[in-house]
Amino acid sequence: MGNEPVDRERDPETDIGGGSESESGTETETETETDGGVRAYTVRLELVDEPGELLRALAPIADNGGNLLSIHHERGNITPRGHIPVEVDLECPPDRFDDVVTGLREAGVNVIQAGEEHYGEEISVVLVGDLVENDLSDTLSRIESGANAAVLDLSLTAPEGTESVSSARVRLAIDSGRSNEALEAIRSLGSEKGLTVVEPLLGGESA
Amino acid sequence: MKLAVLGAGDVGRSVATLAGDYGHEVVALADSSSAAVDPDGIPVDDAVSRKEGGDGVGTADPEEVFETEYDVLVEATPTTLGDAEPGFGHVTRALEADRHVVLANKGPVAERYDELRALEAESAGSVRFEATVGGAIPVLSTIEDCTPQAVTAVRGVLNGTANFILTRMAAEGLDYEHVLAEAQDLGVAEADPTFDVDGTDAALKFVILANVLADGGFSLEDATVEGIEDVPGSALELAAEDGRTIRLIGEATRDGVRVGPRLVPENGALAVTGTRNIVQIETRHAGSLHSSGRGAGGPETATAVLSDVGRLPDLERDD
Ligand SMILES: NC(=O)c1ccc[n+]([C@@H]2O[C@H](COP(=O)([O-])OP(=O)(O)OC[C@H]3O[C@@H](n4cnc5c(N)ncnc54)[C@H](OP(=O)(O)O)[C@@H]3O)[C@@H](O)[C@H]2O)c1
Repeated sequence: MGNEPVDRERDPETDIGGGSESESGTETETETETDGGVRAYTVRLELVDEPGELLRALAPIADNGGNLLSIHHERGNITPRGHIPVEVDLECPPDRFDDVVTGLREAGVNVIQAGEEHYGEEISVVLVGDLVENDLSDTLSRIESGANAAVLDLSLTAPEGTESVSSARVRLAIDSGRSNEALEAIRSLGSEKGLTVVEPLLGGESA
Repeated sequence: MKLAVLGAGDVGRSVATLAGDYGHEVVALADSSSAAVDPDGIPVDDAVSRKEGGDGVGTADPEEVFETEYDVLVEATPTTLGDAEPGFGHVTRALEADRHVVLANKGPVAERYDELRALEAESAGSVRFEATVGGAIPVLSTIEDCTPQAVTAVRGVLNGTANFILTRMAAEGLDYEHVLAEAQDLGVAEADPTFDVDGTDAALKFVILANVLADGGFSLEDATVEGIEDVPGSALELAAEDGRTIRLIGEATRDGVRVGPRLVPENGALAVTGTRNIVQIETRHAGSLHSSGRGAGGPETATAVLSDVGRLPDLERDD
């Protein structure tokens, strides 16, 4: 559960730092952790494109003892589901960071990544079978609707030998905490279409 | 302890050979048609060389095994599905005679766990079966030490043949049939590798694990099982491009058992190579524990059998 200090190397595009800019520019890559001190963290959020959404999303940070350092958003950058990805740098005592993240999630904010932890937003599956014969684009759009996922990218191998079997790796974005549901939907689509689905192993410390 | 060993294959012969090192005595060793029986200890080396020379282990009738004085029946006859016979019948006879049983045979604990536990409850003897899961790796004793209630899930690779095939396919870019033939030449895969590649063998082990976690209730038909036969080389290539690989992974929880090819990080703990096995024991309070090692082989499996013998309580004897 180690929450690592962020890498603060890139230049912020938008910088609406909530006051304390005293730390800025200190390129502390070392993982020094001082008693009672604060550490810097990066949190990646996905926001709905609505007025007031950003302010609403940031409130739980201060409410839980966090200090906002900066916000990064590349204009025009939008997720396949039409959400706006935002990266927030903040600092807080290490023992408060979990509260900050919990606060964000309780406020309904989609937390994609916090510190080093990913909230199951991206998974890959490998599909094997007569993919082309089986109408690949239909397969993909049914994954998107049935599994409530967005296809981020796709790699496809050519059919091997005389058989028409090919493999595809599909990288998907899935709402936090909903990977199992999504995989279930992909499994049942696979068995309907006679495709072998190689799922990622979720859970444990290996996923 | 006095051991009666049923089955003189790789496992049975290794148990008999190594028993002395562990301070135990072999009073019987049987194959399907003959037995060597001596209440003062059989000459193990003679029996084993006869067997390896193509003869029966001895001149006695296998039935005589049950008539001799023994403390522990070691069951190392072939694993069978469904009724798990002849293993289950052997175990029943030993428990009804108030003797201990140590199993290498997976059938009775995978297919008829609840009946077995009921027989044990009526007997002065106990049943142990470390060797049925993961060969030399102490899987069940680790769970026992953590206490089964504190274990939430067990995942991992418990079939060396399937793991060898996937490893070679990924490393050499070869296809399934090709690597399978190679594995058979090397003696890694058996002439009939069906149960290894279709996931049945791994599933039996994860069913046993689910039975231990949930205190029974599972048999093979409760498991969702897929094999590796339909995984082409191209799927492994795609996985590798993404820093992953494919392994035949099993999962046992109190809710069920699943075995199938899964994507795992290429450098992750579960991506063991070759015939190696690994289990990840997920605990409620202490994170995950991993142990890996040799999951099969005569001496490896015999080591697990003999460790079990060492864990048995002394039997109250009235003679
Ligand atoms: N090999 C491993 O690495 C490994 C690992 C874990 C668990 N196991 C399990 O351990 C068991 C033994 O494995 P193995 O590799 O030694 O098998 P194996 O080489 O096939 O040997 C089986 C032995 O059982 C004997 N047998 C068959 N029916 C019998 C009967 N009714 N009474 C007495 N003996 C009988 C056979 O006799 P004949 O010689 O006359 O045919 C043979 O000697 C199996 O259940 C296996 O699943 C094996």
